[in-house]
Amino acid sequence: MTVAKTKFDRRSFLKTMAVGGGGLMLGFSWFSALAKDPKAANLPDEIFEINAYIKVHPDGKVTILSPNPEIGQNVKTSMPLIVAEELDVDWNDVRVEQAPLDTSKYTRQLAGGSQSIRLGWDSLRMAGATAKLLMVTAAAQEWNADIEDLTTEKGIITNTNTGETIGYGDIASKAVSIPIPDEVPLKDTDDFTLIGKNIKNVDGFEIVTGKPLFGYDFTREGMTLAMIIHPPAFGMRLKSYDDTEVRSMPGVKDVFTIDTSIDDPQWSDVNAFNELIVITGDTTWEILNAKKALEVEWEAVSELENSDDHMRKLADAIQNGSGNMERVDGDPEAVAARAPTVIERTYTAPFLPHNPMAPMNFFADVKEDSADLIGPVQTPEQLRTSASQLLGLPEENIHVDMTRMGGGFGRRLYGNFGLEAAAISQKIGGSVKLIYTREDDMTQGTYRPAYAIKYKAALDNDGSLMSFQAKGTGMPGDSLYANRYPAGTLDHYSCEKIPIHTNISTGAWRAPSSNFTASAEQCFMDELAEAAGKDPIEFRLDLFDRAMRDPVGEENDYEADRYAGVLELVREKSNWGQEMPGVYRGVAAYFSYGSYAAQVVDLVKEGDDIKIQKVWCAVDCGIVVNMEGAVNQVEGCIIDGLGHAMYSELTFNDGAPQQSNFNNYRIMRNSEAPAEIEVFFVESDTHPTGLGEPPFPPIMPAYANALYKATGNRYYNQPYLVKDQTMLAMHR
Amino acid sequence: MPTYTLNINGEEREVDASQDTPLLWVLRDHLNLLGTKYACGIAQCGSCTVHLDGSAIRSCTFPVSAVRDAEITTIEGLSENGDHPVQQAWLEHDVSQCGYCQAGQIMTAAALLNQNADPSDQEIQSAMNGILCRCGTYLRINKAIKTAAKNS
Ligand code: FES
Ligand code: FES
Repeated sequence: MTVAKTKFDRRSFLKTMAVGGGGLMLGFSWFSALAKDPKAANLPDEIFEINAYIKVHPDGKVTILSPNPEIGQNVKTSMPLIVAEELDVDWNDVRVEQAPLDTSKYTRQLAGGSQSIRLGWDSLRMAGATAKLLMVTAAAQEWNADIEDLTTEKGIITNTNTGETIGYGDIASKAVSIPIPDEVPLKDTDDFTLIGKNIKNVDGFEIVTGKPLFGYDFTREGMTLAMIIHPPAFGMRLKSYDDTEVRSMPGVKDVFTIDTSIDDPQWSDVNAFNELIVITGDTTWEILNAKKALEVEWEAVSELENSDDHMRKLADAIQNGSGNMERVDGDPEAVAARAPTVIERTYTAPFLPHNPMAPMNFFADVKEDSADLIGPVQTPEQLRTSASQLLGLPEENIHVDMTRMGGGFGRRLYGNFGLEAAAISQKIGGSVKLIYTREDDMTQGTYRPAYAIKYKAALDNDGSLMSFQAKGTGMPGDSLYANRYPAGTLDHYSCEKIPIHTNISTGAWRAPSSNFTASAEQCFMDELAEAAGKDPIEFRLDLFDRAMRDPVGEENDYEADRYAGVLELVREKSNWGQEMPGVYRGVAAYFSYGSYAAQVVDLVKEGDDIKIQKVWCAVDCGIVVNMEGAVNQVEGCIIDGLGHAMYSELTFNDGAPQQSNFNNYRIMRNSEAPAEIEVFFVESDTHPTGLGEPPFPPIMPAYANALYKATGNRYYNQPYLVKDQTMLAMHR
Repeated sequence: MPTYTLNINGEEREVDASQDTPLLWVLRDHLNLLGTKYACGIAQCGSCTVHLDGSAIRSCTFPVSAVRDAEITTIEGLSENGDHPVQQAWLEHDVSQCGYCQAGQIMTAAALLNQNADPSDQEIQSAMNGILCRCGTYLRINKAIKTAAKNS
């Protein structure tokens, strides 16, 4: 048993109150020291905090409010599950509700950086444990018994001396008057009965029966529909439009412009197009027709960029640029100058739109002195702050509710669509639902940046790695992490970063930066291992061995033994090293969001086609909270990552995105997915870490490395099956 | 504006809509049947799949005027209580992540099983190939269809 302090300070409270019918309601909000780790999220510096909410009903049923936005990462199931574990309640008696944005009760109501479980773990456990302790204390008083003599199971308290029992629902009202203890006992991980089991998605039934859970489905009596028109190219803005014809089209209510600029934007206000045309109307189809018919003139206000120019700029920065040296160990340049073998490779990746299945949308009802904002947003708190500026309303008068999200992948961290809905509602003086088309969504921006990395490494005659130099660039920023592997595994290492300006708006995209760096680094490692004449897993393990025995530097981000652990696990499970005629195998491993993932990809040839036969994946994410949900997340990361590695890219011509819908932008299809995925978790009793992203980055290089085995070609430029594979260094 | 009498989920519903209005928007905007989803609008993703006389169609490009007296089934009408074998199999395999594409996946799978009670892996893949899922739930979808075939 662990004992955890219920932390109190000025901003914290934990209180109990009676609810209708005599149940117990426990609300809590306290700082978790562990939770202030914005760096880990690779998100802008925000304070990450957590809390939750429990209601025990007189009939013994328990409502657990899930504070964080649900984007398909399954936190609406797994966060309440952690509370229920410590509470010792039957999962069948639990009802889960999505909490509204309420910073007086909850903190860090944000979905991003695979942080919800990682940062919520301690507080969620404490919430359950504290509620249980209060009820047990009340029962002890009732029975005049010792707390130590009472046990709990599935919502029933038993006095082990007398055999007396009482349900939570019957004792809850008495627990209200018990003072909050300074310390609460937490379960030993061995005693978990729910955590680690297969628990189904709490919204599963609603989803398969088509209930209107999503923002796109939200309706309120009397609301108007609205759509926007944004400039067709980055670097352009609205000049003029002629709406005479459109105004008389059936179902069109109004045509006007909005401007969502605010004086003091936050990180979540990334937006290339603040000034937009809005068309409001009765039905989607009528507005769509008006949208097509509207005559608009745009004007260029800054450079209209092209993908060819992007490649030239990346190449120039990589070859001739010099930037910020973020870390230098030893003297890698000098070592490379006299090394017997030096290998240099460059890797690139394109801009990518997020393309969650549900395009952006939001509902707003702005009144004179208050506003309701309802919809799918990963950052409800940030949206409220910005909306308060935009609308000139105090934050406390703005109510934000979260709907289920039809995917996020980072796009819904940036709540421009929420501000747009608010601006439209304020303008028309009524409630409105703003919906984007796929085209609006895919061409609006906030993309994954385009990246390039050059690696240079020196090998000794015995195949050992002598030096490693990384130089990263990107539009607008690079993707390198100076203190990640292989930093720490060798004496001579450097990491240099060169930013390039672009007027294309970019933002966090599933596993930010890692989503490319893993590919570049792990494909390079594969070439190094080959040049060294070593097995690729052995080559990596040798490096981790050094990092375990005698790490270089003190700032290394990763734990070398856990990194090596997932490689060893996937090696064992996949029978790596065993000859399998006709099967082409690749391997990669990567660390991100506190978790480690290693994957082996098996390809087979079917005629001219190369099929993905199987993916083996080993993950160390600490304690697995919900096994079923976890495996589903890993499978999703693998399939999604493979699709993007193979096919997806966004290109530009005169500032205009050249892909706008699924007819010209390709993601993974059912028949292209691996025939089988097998997932293995490292058994662990340590704090859980991220899972919605960590298995994503390494699948791309594992695939590229397998593809090399199948085709004999190395892959330097994503997407691998579309792009010419000439190295950027050759680019003129 | 013409009036159409549609047979949707076993009920007659009247709507006033221009003849080119896609069935998707008639369902969502006129009839408040919000289970059928929009994700591309150009017949490229399958999120909007419904049944027309038992066959899967993409409602985002299917004009209301072409429905005539065919029977339309949407996800809301697939079963009374969510107990269609495909829905049950979806729950058993815990298929959904974000869930947004799943109505289209389920309707396509149900139409497949209407036509082919025991589809092979290849037949499943080719029937389901156009139904996109950004969350990557394809393996569970295919397993769930196998289970549903067994239980129907
Ligand atoms: S919305 Fe109809 S196929 Fe995509
Ligand atoms: S479950 Fe999210 S798109 Fe399929």
